[in-house]
Amino acid sequence: MAGTIAIKNGYVFDPLNEINGEKMDIFIRGGKVVKELSAAEMKTSKVIDASGMTVMPGGVDSHSHVAGAKVNAGRSMRPEDHYKANLKKTALTHSGSGYTVPSVYKQGYDYAAMGYTTVFEAAVPPLEARHTHEEMCATPLLDMGGYLVLGNNFFLMRYLRNGDMEKAAAYVAWMMKTHKTYGIKCVNPAGVENWAWGKNIHSLDETNIHFEVTPREIIKGLTEINETLGMPMPLHLHANNLGHPGCYAITKDSLKIPDGVKTKQNMDVEWAETKMDPSRDRSVYLTHMMFNSFAGTTWADCESGVKDITDYINNRDHVVIDSGCTPFGEATVMTGDGPAIHDIYALTGNKWSNTDVEMECGSGVIPFTYLKSNPVHSLQWAMGLECLLLINDPWKTIMTTDSPNGGPFTKYPEVMTWIMSEAFRKQTFSECHKWANDRSALGGVNRELSLYDLAILTRANPAKTIGMVHRKGSLGVGADGDVTVYNINPQQLDANNYEALLRAFRKAEYTVKGGEIVAVKGEIVSLPEKRTYYSEVHVENEREKEMLADVKEWFRYYTLGFANYPTPEKYLENPTPIQVNGER
Amino acid sequence: MTEGVLIHKKTETGKSAGEMEEVTLIPKKAIDIKLEADVITPDSFAGKSAAEIGMLSVWQGPKTYPLSDFFEVVGKAGSSAAETLIRIKGDAMRIKRIGEGMSAGKIEIEGSAGMHVGTGMKGGEIVVYGDADSWAGMEMLGGLLHIKGNAGDHVGCAYRGKWHGMKGGRIVIEGSARHQLGGGMDGGEILVEGNVEGFCGIRQNGGLIVVNGRALRGVGAEMAGGTIVIGGKIERFSPGFEYVSMENKVTSGEIELIGDFKKFTGDYAISKRAKGALYVSINANPEL
Repeated sequence: MAGTIAIKNGYVFDPLNEINGEKMDIFIRGGKVVKELSAAEMKTSKVIDASGMTVMPGGVDSHSHVAGAKVNAGRSMRPEDHYKANLKKTALTHSGSGYTVPSVYKQGYDYAAMGYTTVFEAAVPPLEARHTHEEMCATPLLDMGGYLVLGNNFFLMRYLRNGDMEKAAAYVAWMMKTHKTYGIKCVNPAGVENWAWGKNIHSLDETNIHFEVTPREIIKGLTEINETLGMPMPLHLHANNLGHPGCYAITKDSLKIPDGVKTKQNMDVEWAETKMDPSRDRSVYLTHMMFNSFAGTTWADCESGVKDITDYINNRDHVVIDSGCTPFGEATVMTGDGPAIHDIYALTGNKWSNTDVEMECGSGVIPFTYLKSNPVHSLQWAMGLECLLLINDPWKTIMTTDSPNGGPFTKYPEVMTWIMSEAFRKQTFSECHKWANDRSALGGVNRELSLYDLAILTRANPAKTIGMVHRKGSLGVGADGDVTVYNINPQQLDANNYEALLRAFRKAEYTVKGGEIVAVKGEIVSLPEKRTYYSEVHVENEREKEMLADVKEWFRYYTLGFANYPTPEKYLENPTPIQVNGER
Repeated sequence: MTEGVLIHKKTETGKSAGEMEEVTLIPKKAIDIKLEADVITPDSFAGKSAAEIGMLSVWQGPKTYPLSDFFEVVGKAGSSAAETLIRIKGDAMRIKRIGEGMSAGKIEIEGSAGMHVGTGMKGGEIVVYGDADSWAGMEMLGGLLHIKGNAGDHVGCAYRGKWHGMKGGRIVIEGSARHQLGGGMDGGEILVEGNVEGFCGIRQNGGLIVVNGRALRGVGAEMAGGTIVIGGKIERFSPGFEYVSMENKVTSGEIELIGDFKKFTGDYAISKRAKGALYVSINANPEL
């Protein structure tokens, strides 16, 4: 039977089932984890001997820029990113190119080579959903989904200003199924709309132009709508004032807004077995926290404001973050936060792309190089790691580089090793500018994460946070048969030998997807089908009708017809709707 | 710089040819789709026999072929790159990337060279007896690229989309070159006996460009640092430069040039702090 395999004698790390390095076998039948395989099945099934190795659920990336218009803008405006990083075609795999922004094929292979099997696109502008789905569809091996950018949407801002929460919720529900997207992304709320007029927003209670809504109203409104609808994941927040000295204050204040909002994840799915309660208990998921954590007033006196935010997060239970680490080297900065990208352009003079997405949002793209010799870049490296190490509960943290903003996802092995090895951090401190040590708290941190913690930060918690635990992030019975085997013997783990860790994380010994071995030592060996997830959110027909009357009326301002707006299912490979019950 | 005198205080040459083993590549047939022949370097030939060199593969369109499909390989390589001389007997205009990234040794091309000759070379020497197609010495780091004929566009330039070109080494062109010579150049030297066309030294950050003949327009556009010397007439002078002084000597690193020059700095069209130096022959440009 396809998708049937036994992974024997490995040391298993499955935090959702509280399995911490226990030597055991994992069995997968027909793509799903099962208790055991019968003697007859064992005779015909593939077997991986994982003796002396680390076994984890397949990697889950809950925030990465991998598909859609701005990613593609990054590819096309950076030929210099491609000419040295290229991949030869084989009998099985496509050719590809690109270092910080690889082509879709290379992207899929590179993720799988590191043991990742699930990747969610961090920002889908509604008008660009079709393009995003075309690229996700063409990305091999990875199960995917995308978050819909709604923080500066004309319709929503109008409803929120008028306090029309029911129609606002109906609009979000309709948008999710129309664009086949998964969760709510909110980028620089109210500020991106101002950017259309060459301005930005700098405080939570400043109203924006024409719509006269504030960031606070948008964050509050979207969080409430998110829970009213019972969405799989929390509101995914890219806070205001990103990348400016002093921005940590507005970030912390933004996190206070959803405090007290009761979480209500309401999905109709079959849950894989987990020992931990798999349901979501966070109301806000702050992304790339590092970029939102600068203290100080200028780039000359800036310092880390991470600790101030982590102190708050350590004392509250409604926040989960991803780090947005910067592992040094080449990056392509791309975000829906147009004004933030313009500021980087003003700083660097690099080539810069900016887009206004009609009535919905915007985006900007710019190449960037993080240098160890640069004081601010060195500080950013330290701050990214502070985000992961100063929050005590690993279930509140997720490891990312906001790929390719802080650096490409292929640098994850470095980040994983930095958080596991103080020796590796010391090595980097010795190579980079002293601001890393002088202006952050990282130098005084001797915490080293265990493999169990790492499994939380790179699979269990991303899956739990975005509501994919019903099939991802664990090895419980009923979970998808996605497994990573790293060539690390936990019995002989030596955090000081960081070279060995880097090697092991760069190329997983085996990557198993749906019970099929897809990569061995970084080499792609098979290409099973993949899935795209989206939220099919149900609301009352009557309410949807009322809301649609408004939408149709305003649709004349769009440059396309209403009938051409939705993304049909045929744009998705194995479309997998998740039934979200909303108010039914 | 018709009256200028060029003094090389230092010349980089590898070991003399006498101490080298020689590999001769004799073209067998006319080539239709251009070859991607970045394997033709002393580094990848070193330690190999003629038969082994013939087995190295080159891309042509979507396929790879052994080098021996296109060349008769005679002789053998030295034990290291520095001890290897590669001689291409004939025209190589349809062969790209000869000497790409080479670190030592020597290549002599007895005809013309295709695009990207000496791209990213780190050391050693390449002599092209004929012309060189575009992108010669792109992003070069060290060594000597000597072109006895003319060169195409983008000599010593940055790759498309990149801001930093040649960082070190020397390119000598006995004939003329076309557009964007030394684009984004950070260091090293480019010496042109003949003329250049548009945008010579565009976005230059460092290093030295000397053109004995004429330049068309856009000389030093957006340059932030480095030195350009133009010995002939500049058809249309860049607007972002300011006159500084009269000079009878230009010194840049190990090189000294004697002649009568007007010195300008710029390009202030982009940055107020630009530090590019542009020397122009007084005699050839009386109106400046």
